[in-house]
Amino acid sequence: MDIKAYIVLALILFTIGVTGVLIRRNAIIIFMCIELMLNAVNLLLVAFSKMHAMSAVAKASPTFASDAQIFVFFIMVVAAAEVTVGLSIIMLLYRNTRSVDVNFLNRLKY
Amino acid sequence: MELTTILFLILSLISIGSAVMMLMSRNPVYSVLWLILLFFTISAHYLMLNAQFLAVVNIIVYAGAIMVLFLFVVMLMNLNADTEPMKNYRLQLVGVIAGGSLLLILVSAVMKIENNQPVLLMVGDYGLIKVLGKTLFQKFVLPFEISSILFLSAIIGAMVIAKRDTPSQITKGETEKRSS
Repeated sequence: MDIKAYIVLALILFTIGVTGVLIRRNAIIIFMCIELMLNAVNLLLVAFSKMHAMSAVAKASPTFASDAQIFVFFIMVVAAAEVTVGLSIIMLLYRNTRSVDVNFLNRLKY
Repeated sequence: MELTTILFLILSLISIGSAVMMLMSRNPVYSVLWLILLFFTISAHYLMLNAQFLAVVNIIVYAGAIMVLFLFVVMLMNLNADTEPMKNYRLQLVGVIAGGSLLLILVSAVMKIENNQPVLLMVGDYGLIKVLGKTLFQKFVLPFEISSILFLSAIIGAMVIAKRDTPSQITKGETEKRSS
């Protein structure tokens, strides 16, 4: 496959995530859309690492392709830490307002 | 058509379709299940891209841990389909149009790239756990240790945030109830 196909796939997934953040009002669904965007970026990073795995730069340094995958691995680590804190914040909001509708959660605006 | 092209197209169709279904489904539990299917297809993409370790980690961490956490929270809140009335279609239409124009701009910018290298299907051991472990524990030891501190702070932060009210407030409420 060409790299363009992977770029277009990742862009479509990312845009679906952006659209979900815009049109849904359930806070959990919005959070899941953010996870979807993170995964689209991860897929793009892995595709680029494979594209450059056979290049001249990669031959000069042996761990060139592994470095990119370690980068994706750290993104997953940070995403896991982010999900725990975010879900606990959503639990707190639900406990205080009995709702996860983001239209009710506009008190930080003022 | 080659076999990898057909596989790529099938996987892409499943992943895009499950992403759209995640947005369209009213019940949050169905959304979580569609997102799990999406993560499995992304893991299959990783396998096609010589990232075997990342595919396994994606299934374990995302589909196994994170989505189970989401499912747990959704079922704890007891959210039904009725809790989110999908009204105000005009705002939704505006959101879809905004997302579509973002996609249009990005794709048209990407299509101008001259350098269209193929992502070859090849034999390489750089995605295996042996090579990745050596890289992780030799070159990236410091970020690895820092990420453990990040996890520790995330655990403590989640516990502090999700804790119930402070005991003094609870006892105060109980004493007020008793006095009244």
